Order: sequence, then structure tokens, then C-alpha cells
Amino acid sequence: MKKKNLAALLLAGAMCFGLLAGCSSSADSTNPPASDPGSQATQPAETGDVGGTGEGVTIKIGGIGPLTGPNAQYGIATRQGAEIAIEEINALGGIQFELNSQDDEANGEKGVNAYNNLMDWGMQILYGCTTSGSCAAVAAESYNDRVFQLTPSASSTTVTDGHDNVFQLCFTDPNQGKTAANFISEHKLATKVAVIYNNSDDYSTGIYQGFKEAAEGLGLEIVSTTTFPEDTTTDFSAQITDAYNKGAEMIFLPIYYTPASNILIQASQKGYEFSYFGCDGLDGILTLEGFDTSLAENVYVLTPFDTTSDAAKSFIEKYKAATGTEPNQFAADGYDCMYALYEACKKANITDGMGYAEVCEALIAVFTDSGFSVDGLTGSGMQWGTNGEVAKDPLIVQIVNGAYVNQ
Amino acid sequence: MSKLKNMKQTTKTSIFTYALVIAAYLVIQALLGRGMLSRSTQGQLVPICCYIVMALSLNLVVGVSGELSLGHAGFMSVGAFSGAVAAVSLEGMVGSPALRLAIAMVAGAALAAVAGVIVGVPALRLQGDYLAIVTLAFGQIIVNILQCVYAGVDGGGLHFNFLDPELHMTNGTPIISGPKGTVSVTKISSFTAGFVLVLISLFVILNLVNSRSGRAIMAVRDNRIAAESVGINVTKYRLMAFVTAAALAGAAGALYGLNYSSVAPVKFDYNQSILVLVFVVLGGLGNMWGSIIAAAFLTILPEAMRGFEDYRMLVYAIVLILVMLATNNDNLKALLGRLIPRRKGAADNG
Repeated sequence: MKKKNLAALLLAGAMCFGLLAGCSSSADSTNPPASDPGSQATQPAETGDVGGTGEGVTIKIGGIGPLTGPNAQYGIATRQGAEIAIEEINALGGIQFELNSQDDEANGEKGVNAYNNLMDWGMQILYGCTTSGSCAAVAAESYNDRVFQLTPSASSTTVTDGHDNVFQLCFTDPNQGKTAANFISEHKLATKVAVIYNNSDDYSTGIYQGFKEAAEGLGLEIVSTTTFPEDTTTDFSAQITDAYNKGAEMIFLPIYYTPASNILIQASQKGYEFSYFGCDGLDGILTLEGFDTSLAENVYVLTPFDTTSDAAKSFIEKYKAATGTEPNQFAADGYDCMYALYEACKKANITDGMGYAEVCEALIAVFTDSGFSVDGLTGSGMQWGTNGEVAKDPLIVQIVNGAYVNQ
Repeated sequence: MSKLKNMKQTTKTSIFTYALVIAAYLVIQALLGRGMLSRSTQGQLVPICCYIVMALSLNLVVGVSGELSLGHAGFMSVGAFSGAVAAVSLEGMVGSPALRLAIAMVAGAALAAVAGVIVGVPALRLQGDYLAIVTLAFGQIIVNILQCVYAGVDGGGLHFNFLDPELHMTNGTPIISGPKGTVSVTKISSFTAGFVLVLISLFVILNLVNSRSGRAIMAVRDNRIAAESVGINVTKYRLMAFVTAAALAGAAGALYGLNYSSVAPVKFDYNQSILVLVFVVLGGLGNMWGSIIAAAFLTILPEAMRGFEDYRMLVYAIVLILVMLATNNDNLKALLGRLIPRRKGAADNG
């Protein structure tokens, strides 16, 4: 018995060391876009001069997002999108970005830990967090410390409320709901709408509330409102049947694509014919493995990511080459964040010697300046108000023959 | 010296446990004073205190009372949310943040104790696996309920609503906002408050365990039928341990909730309960100083391993397995016994 115990201990030890050994090399190879181009690109600046004002400036950007856990797909997408942008930016010469991404498991406590870790590292600008819950906790910290924060995808209003240093690249949740209601009523897509939303999710609840408010004023009738919690996302027959019985023509789905795919499948199995309208969480449904994309035919998606532009095509190509997967709007948001920061840093003449508080005030002045606008994959002419919310045109697409068609 | 030798083993352990906590506090304060702690370590001090109290209180249920509870985070969430409501609504009336924190912790403890009674009375008639399932369900139910609660405060007092975010306030401050959890809470938790809470929890638990009631609780754990036959009211003593643990978890929750400007209810799901259970099992059932060390160690560990990047959680799990194996290895125990003669006696005893 004792021998067995010892053997188990030794085996576990060996496993651990094996992993550590493997880890050090693979960790390097998974992260080349973040560290390698940065270090290479600073070399010409040190040795020589290519002209320009921002030469030799390496700005430390701290990134926070879920890299492990059930929300890792979103955090990894925003990180990889940003890394692709940084690779391009660093290749331009001039201002160099160095991104240090830390994991928060989509959890406020871990988010604050990650934030403190990045402060120890010497972060000058904060890029994140990916998820709203963690971002709300971190935004209070960055506000107290005066660190400039730009989030790619934390769309809750609590993130920016009362925090003049926090800016969003995505639409806020209530805004998405309002835009969706406006579009449905303007294009007369339906008059009787059912809503299925995730009531344990801040994002989903926020959109629903914005949608409900706007729908009342537009004469849209919400005939059925059903919810589901985070941990039961497989069976939606009760919700679908309720929508059908109350005569809904359209189901509004302010949820993520995985549960939405189950709703589409189960409604088609029951033979119910609805039209569907989803928000940016639905973006990615066409890339879902094992999902019959014909079921998503004619579905409307409110997404900021216009995949048809030339810039988007080049981004998609690079993203595929780097990761082997299709980018979704999270990746595009991350990509745009880096360019927004790049433009702002150029305009504010940020240098690597500046402390985070100094950088913060300079960047706030640039971002809230009415003359500052950024063109990106998720919208052109993006501008920010003093409340940190972005102003850009929403884009609504319809899925036709398995591809997005702009509306 | 002879006095120390004549002391009971339990008294010695209690003194050691208090000394451990106080020494750790003094060392950390000294390091803080000299600015030798990184921000990332400083940021973890309060959560570590919360998790220590969580582990201590769960140890009372699992180790001392012998019931498997899988919903301990539920009590923590009750404490966190009621503590936040108390602290925010008293902001205008009670100026001192320390006093407000104390009131919030008392409020959190009281409401968590009420929740403990509500769950405990029916659940403690069950045993073993059944109790585990009921407490697991409680943990889920409380998270789902909290996701629907909206609360705010204005000049006219507190406003509550269920499912509907409209609170009909005039210039009010929202406190709880459905799935977002607590919103825009002012941080008032401090490391010293956490230290005091750990000391109070230790005091309550060690005194309870070494009292007449504590012996009754352990008698029920060791042999329920024998305990009943000598006239011990089984449900009463099980409930006593359960509710005490719930109240302490509530106080820890209030401290935790007031350390972040926003805490979502999902934070308190079953993963959190299991995490606290891991602290208890790793530290040793019924072993209070073990729980303290395990909670502190396992809270720091994932942060200390940020260097591993994507492999962090995998390494964390492996380290956990290693520690479990190492602490239960007879050879290692014997080796430790040989190195530290004092421990040999302790190892022989149990």
C-alpha cells in the first residue's frame, strides 16, 4: 500500500514536471504576436531612426479577459484579434505596443487580481475586460488609480457609469435592444414578437430591457417573454411552444449562439415557422460545429462586424492563418480597440516614459474630442462621448445561403 | 514550561491556531509598512481572509458536525448581498466606514443565519448524501433568486423589486441589479477587518467545539444512535453547528461583497462551494489551523502561477493532486515526525 502511494506521488510529480518543461516552450510559441514582434520592432528604433515622432516608444498595454473556463472562447477571441492588430501596428514602425494578457475567468475577483498583477508589471493602458461582470469590478479600480481603460466587448452600462476613464468599443446592451426594436418596426418584419432571454446573464437581460422599452413606444407587441438560466441551455420546448401558442411571428433572441442554435433546431423539429432576430451574441452561429446552417437561413443578426469589406477580408485571412478558426465579432472588436488606441496615442504623443495617470488624462482628452474618430472593422467614424459609450452605425445582416448579407 | 506540558492537547492546538493568525497578521502588517508587498499580493489579502472564514465555518459543518454541505457559498451570497444593502443604505447616516462595515457584517451574518435555519430545519432531518443534495440545491436556488432581485435606496428608504428592474425611485442609488449583482458599491473592506473577523470566527468555533455543546455535536457525528440513547437532541445540535457556520459565512460574504464595487450572483455558484470544501478537505477535517493554511495557500496559488499563462489551471489542478498525495503519505509523515520530535507525539495520537 505504501509503495503504491509513493508511486502515485512520483507519477504525479513526473506529470507536473513534464508539463512545466513542455509549458515553457509552448507558452512562448503560442504567444508570438504579443511579445516577439514587440521586441524585434524596438530594435531598429534603438539602433537607428526611420523618422517620425513616436520612434522607439513601446507602450505597455495590459489585457484582461477569460482565457480559461466556460467563457474562454470570448476572451481568447478578443486577445487574438488584438494581437493581430498589434502585429500590424508594430510593423508600421513608430509607436510600438506590447500586450500582456491576463486571465480573469470572467469573474470580478480574478479580474481585480489580474488588474493588480498588470499594475505590478507597469501597465500604461488597460485593454479589457472582455466580459461585463468582471469589467464592472475592474473599472472601479482603474477609476481610482486613473488608468485609461478601453473595453472591446463589456457592453453593460455599469462599466462606464460614473467612470470617466472607461470607454467601450461595443454598443451598450440597452442600445442594442432599442436598435433591434427600431429595425423590426421600421422594416415591418413583425408586429407580434416573442422574446427568449437568459435571465442569469447581464448582457441578455440588458438587451431585453432596452428592447422592451423601445417596443412599447413603437407599437411592437411582445406576446411572450420566456427566460432560461445559464445552466439549462439544452431544452427550449416550453419557451418555443409558449411563443407559438401566443401567435408570435418573430422570436427575438438576445442570447449567445450556442443556446440560440438549440432554439432553431427545436423549433424546426416542432415544425413551427418563426422569423428570428438576434444581437451580436448570435454572431458565430454559422461557424458552430455540427450545426446545420440551413436552419439559420433568413435569421437577422445585429452585429457590428461587417465581414464584406476589404479590411475585414484581410483580417479574416490573417486570423485564420494565426489560429485556424474564423474570427467572430469579439475578435474584430479587439482588433479595432488596438487601432483606436494607436490613433489616440499618436494624437496625444504618448511616450513610454509616461506614467499611467498621465497617459489616462491625455487619452481621455483625445477620446472625448469631437474631432477624433476611428475607422475599423466594426464601424467607420467611431466616436466617443464623455460617458464612454461609442457612437457608430449599427449594421444589420440577414443570413442568406449561409452567408451574411447587409441589410 | 511545566504548565505548558500539563495543558490539554486541545488548548495547545487552540493557542497555536491563534498564534498562527496573529503572527501572520503582524508579519504582513510589517511588510505592508515597508512597502514590500506587491499590489497583486495586497489585493488578495481581503479575499484570503474571507476564504479563511468560509473554510473555518464549513469545517465546523463537515469536520466537527460530520455533515456534507455543498451549498456553503449560498450563505456567503446572502451575506454579500444583505451586507451591500446595509452598507450602501447607511452611507449617509453612519460616517465611519469601519463602523458601517461592522454593521454590514452583522446584518450579513444575521440574514445568513436566518437562511441557515430555513434550510437547516428541513434538511438536517436528512442524512449523508441526501443532505449534500439538499444543500447543493439550496446553493443553486439562492443564486437563481438573487439573479431576479433588484434593490435601491433613495430619500424615502429602501426599494425592492422582483424580476422587474423598475424601482420607482427619485434620485436613488441602485444597489442590487438582477444578474449584474451588486452595483457601484463603495469599497470599505480592509485587511484589519478581515483579520478581526478571522479571530472572531476562530473564537466562536474553538469555544463551541470545546464546550459541552461541541462534545454533543461530535457525539452525534460519531454515533447518532448512541448519542440519542443518552438523551442528546440530535437535530438541535446539528442545527446549532449548521446555523453558526451559516452566520460566519454570511459575515465573510459581507466582507467579500464590500471589497469589490460589483459582485455578480453567479460568483457564488456550486463551484465556489466546492472550492471551499477543497480548502477544508486539504486542511484536514476538524483541523482549524489546517483550514486556515489551506485556504490561504490555495487562494494565492492560482495568482502565483500566472507565469504559466494558458496552462495555469492545469498546473493548479496537478499541484492540488500533489499536495493531497503528499499530505496523506505515511512515509512523509514519518519523516516529518523524525525531523520534528514534537510532532511525533501528535502523529501517534492521531
